[in-house]
Amino acid sequence: MIANPFEYSTPATLAEALGLIADGAKPLSGGMSLIPMMKLRLASPEHLVDIARLPELNYIREENGELHIGAAVTHYDVESAPLLCGKCPLLAETAGHIGDIQVRNRGTLGGSVAHADPAADYPAALQALEAKIVLRSAAGERVVTAAEFFIDTFTTALEPGEIVTEVVVPVEPGLTGTSYQKCLQPASGFAIVGVAARVRRDGANFGAVQVGITGLTGTSYRATAVEQALVGKPATDETIRAAAAHAADGVEANSDLHASADYRTSLAVSYTTRALHSALSRSA
Amino acid sequence: MSTTFAPSTTKLEKLVGKRLRRREDPRLITGTATYVEDVKLPDMHHAVIVRSPHGAADIRSIDISKAKALPGVVAVFTGADIVGVGTVPCGASLPGLRRPDHHILAQDRVYLVGHPVAVVVATDRYIAADGADLVEVEYDIKQAVTDPEKALAPGAPAVHSQWPDNVAFTFHQNGGDIDAAFAEAEVVVKQRITSQRLVPNAMETRGVVADWKTNDRSLTLYTSTQIPHLARTLLAGMLGIEENRFRLIAPEVGGGFGSKLNVYSEEALTAWVSMKIGKPVKWIESRRENFMVTIHGRGHVDYFEIAAKRDGTILGLKLKLIQDLGAFHQLLTPVIPTLSVLMMPGLYNFRNIQAEVVGTFTNCVPTDAYRGAGRPEATHGIERMVDILAAELGMDPAEIRFKNFVRPDQFPFPTATGLNYDSGDYANTFQKALDTIDYHGLRKQQAEARAAGRLMGIGISTYGEICAMGPSVATPAGGWESATVKFEPSGKVTVLTGTSPHGQGQETSFAQLTADELGVPIDDIVVLHGDTSIVQYGIGTFGSRNTAVGGAALFYALQEIKEKLKKFGAAMLKAEEVELGDGVCLNPKTGESVTVQEIAGAAYRGVVIPPGMDPGMVVTKFWEPANFTYPFGAHIIVSEVDAETGDIEIKRYVAVDDIGNQLNPLLVDGQLHGGAAQGLGQALWEQGVYDDNGQLVTGEFMDYTMPRARMMPWIESSHTCTPSPVNPLGAKGVGEAGTIGSTPAMVNSVVDALSPLGVRHIDMPLTPEKIWKLTNGRNA
Ligand SMILES: Cc1cc2nc3c(=O)[nH]c(=O)nc-3n(C[C@H](O)[C@H](O)[C@H](O)COP(=O)(O)OP(=O)(O)OC[C@H]3O[C@@H](n4cnc5c(N)ncnc54)[C@H](O)[C@@H]3O)c2cc1C
Repeated sequence: MIANPFEYSTPATLAEALGLIADGAKPLSGGMSLIPMMKLRLASPEHLVDIARLPELNYIREENGELHIGAAVTHYDVESAPLLCGKCPLLAETAGHIGDIQVRNRGTLGGSVAHADPAADYPAALQALEAKIVLRSAAGERVVTAAEFFIDTFTTALEPGEIVTEVVVPVEPGLTGTSYQKCLQPASGFAIVGVAARVRRDGANFGAVQVGITGLTGTSYRATAVEQALVGKPATDETIRAAAAHAADGVEANSDLHASADYRTSLAVSYTTRALHSALSRSA
Repeated sequence: MSTTFAPSTTKLEKLVGKRLRRREDPRLITGTATYVEDVKLPDMHHAVIVRSPHGAADIRSIDISKAKALPGVVAVFTGADIVGVGTVPCGASLPGLRRPDHHILAQDRVYLVGHPVAVVVATDRYIAADGADLVEVEYDIKQAVTDPEKALAPGAPAVHSQWPDNVAFTFHQNGGDIDAAFAEAEVVVKQRITSQRLVPNAMETRGVVADWKTNDRSLTLYTSTQIPHLARTLLAGMLGIEENRFRLIAPEVGGGFGSKLNVYSEEALTAWVSMKIGKPVKWIESRRENFMVTIHGRGHVDYFEIAAKRDGTILGLKLKLIQDLGAFHQLLTPVIPTLSVLMMPGLYNFRNIQAEVVGTFTNCVPTDAYRGAGRPEATHGIERMVDILAAELGMDPAEIRFKNFVRPDQFPFPTATGLNYDSGDYANTFQKALDTIDYHGLRKQQAEARAAGRLMGIGISTYGEICAMGPSVATPAGGWESATVKFEPSGKVTVLTGTSPHGQGQETSFAQLTADELGVPIDDIVVLHGDTSIVQYGIGTFGSRNTAVGGAALFYALQEIKEKLKKFGAAMLKAEEVELGDGVCLNPKTGESVTVQEIAGAAYRGVVIPPGMDPGMVVTKFWEPANFTYPFGAHIIVSEVDAETGDIEIKRYVAVDDIGNQLNPLLVDGQLHGGAAQGLGQALWEQGVYDDNGQLVTGEFMDYTMPRARMMPWIESSHTCTPSPVNPLGAKGVGEAGTIGSTPAMVNSVVDALSPLGVRHIDMPLTPEKIWKLTNGRNA
């Protein structure tokens, strides 16, 4: 469990970091995914640039009805920041499901998003929240949606030289109920499936609904078939059951030692049901 | 000499039976204990081992030139270099046992993933790891076989070409008249039951530091082992080192669970490398290596048949046991399944048994002793079979057990497998467990739950086990234990035990015993172990033997030193008769007394030496037990299954264990809780899974589900006490009981929950997906 030799830089500014990354250095954030891979020699970067300490990536602020979260904010801070707990409880709740306290104290939002592990938790919430992801390179900045960003297993919209600098989520309207429900892979604690739901009521019916799912397939996705089966329908158990049955529509489920494709699909339906129930009960 | 002859004023509190906190804990929880990794010697070099990535392959060539050229690399050795080094020892003496040569570095073929092929020695561990990456090995990959039943099928790839059938041995154990039993049977039930491979995963991986001093022809070896003396004897033989110039130290050992009851290639290899380069050498096992090359446990496929009468009386049991041995024999690999066979009858009063063990080679890491070592497999088998029989007969699983228990008046009870159970009252202990959990109330609740469509289960395990290994005739290297009790001239007491505790807590419990016997404050007592240059010879720690054998040896040493104290005390008091108690020797006629500390000091100064006595105050005792001990107990688990997801929830866990007398109930709790966690781990989560090529699929914690604290139920633990007549402490042993009792209780509970669906058996681990398949009619 010993990494290959590598160089390590701690630049003082983001611009400096982006310069090194443009030259081929690899960003190191919380190291909770990168370091284990290096120790197993599955990754052997020659040069690491530590971006976790950059003040320019460490902030949580509200601007124009949106919450801006710097890439280097730790899972623990996402989980516990009063601003997020109050105004984007779905993201805070999701962060609380990641790994254990040690991992949450070091791992970062930007690192998790950039890594795009198919079993990571955040992507489900970010899909449901229709989050924006801010990408920056030495050449400039662009903004993509979560749906555009997550492409496939460990594959994102990031171009060489680019890093995630910020994640933008909406201030949750007061009446929306949200919930993240996760089936743990018992060994790793990652998600076999994780479902994030946002529910608004429209009288006795479902109003707007967003559902994001992680773990089921190569990347996270919006379960639009579930959403469509809910909107405008009576907010009942039957509606939820019927809608959740569409959780895996059009999706090819992963299969591994811990869950076959069939079982995963069934879990996706069960956890979608749970997430919708829970979100509905939290909506006003 | 200035003796005060004043009676001691403070009476010491008796400590045996008290829940004293472990004296070893402060150093462990403040990070100041010395593990092998903490040993740092001047000019120490580091070894990293190049291992086979293949399950079976011929080695075509090894090119070490690039590795050797790396600055900082001092030496690279391959199989060709280790001429004259002995093979890895196996202590089994089964007739006809086929023993593959188990070299410490592969010769021309590799037999499992992780097989050591070369060793790179460098000035630091990082360079050694880089060097290992530069060793180029060309392999000719062969077909591996990793499933023992597939290995036994005709045409299977041969693990060792000289034995194409992959059979290492067959072993038969017959008792009574099995044919008559089956002829008389009104009902016969059969079941194939597996006990999957488990990875022991001690918190501390293995590690070795070897320090060869050429001029003295002496070796000091630090190694994370449970058997320092046996390891020294065996390694001395492998390496041709004189045993009296070979000091083996087991420093702090961070758990073993049987995985360090062994002698490993790396111990000999690190020592040999140190001898070769004339410098201290360290090798530390990575967690990945620990998964790959440290022994695994279990690995059974068992075919059971049980013959019974309609009233539930068990008449006999047949077993065909296919043991997945792995590619080689480690120290006790072939012995473990024979222990299973011995314990097949469990707590039940039947005399007819027929067992056949087929020891099978596979291209996997060897199996060997892992907490319980053969008994969990046996107990799981018999406890499952009894439940299956009850289901077949429509009997309550509690009732069928009462019907078949060995009765208290039958002890000592000779079993069909040749054992002699020492003592017990199984029905009483079981009744206590049933009362604690309100069994009849639970069955009513279960009926209601079922009526409401819920899947609730009640699982019973009434287990027996064999402990206190053991009489020497039944143990490959001797089954006695030793203790030295030594007063220092200042009156402080040093205890040297031949056991090698590594988490069990004997530094505390043995001090409790010593304090009570000698009347010395516990703070004045230290218990040392694990260093062959300090401790007289010892057998070590395994088979739940520390207290029942090592503690008994200590007890006898204490009695002998008390006699000596009395003789010296009488001489000092010029009394004919003296009484010894509470740390003082008293002349009852005059009321004059002298403390044991004063006596010890005087015995060293030799001022008064009673006739026929030697000076000093040291006693060493080697003690041979006449029998094993047989703890037993009843574990009951209430569970509920979520039909939709297959999740299992443990609602209650009641354990009543009878381990005889207890020196320290807090330590007993710890053993039982940890044991239960490991047993539940097997029942629910853990599995060592190989693919067909010999890759360990569950080769790290990302995939191998170790139980976590949050996954554990509350265990409602209590006891009955049937003292063992085998040793003077009346102790039976508790190191493995929890692991043995818990597993079948868990599985029986879930099978009971699913029984309305017609489920009779589920193989472990009970993963949610397996359950989901059953609850959703997708029985695969
Ligand atoms: C024991 C354990 C359990 C875990 N359990 C979970 C879990 O249950 N759920 C879950 O979601 N995750 C889990 N994780 C992963 C954890 O959330 C990681 O923190 C996360 O995946 C990566 O974040 P990081 O900050 O540690 O990134 P790093 O490990 O530093 O980097 C990961 C990758 O992203 C790149 N990178 C980092 N930051 C950026 C950036 N800003 N822009 C572009 N690229 C970047 C790095 O170069 C690297 O390739 C677990 C990890 C461990 C060790």
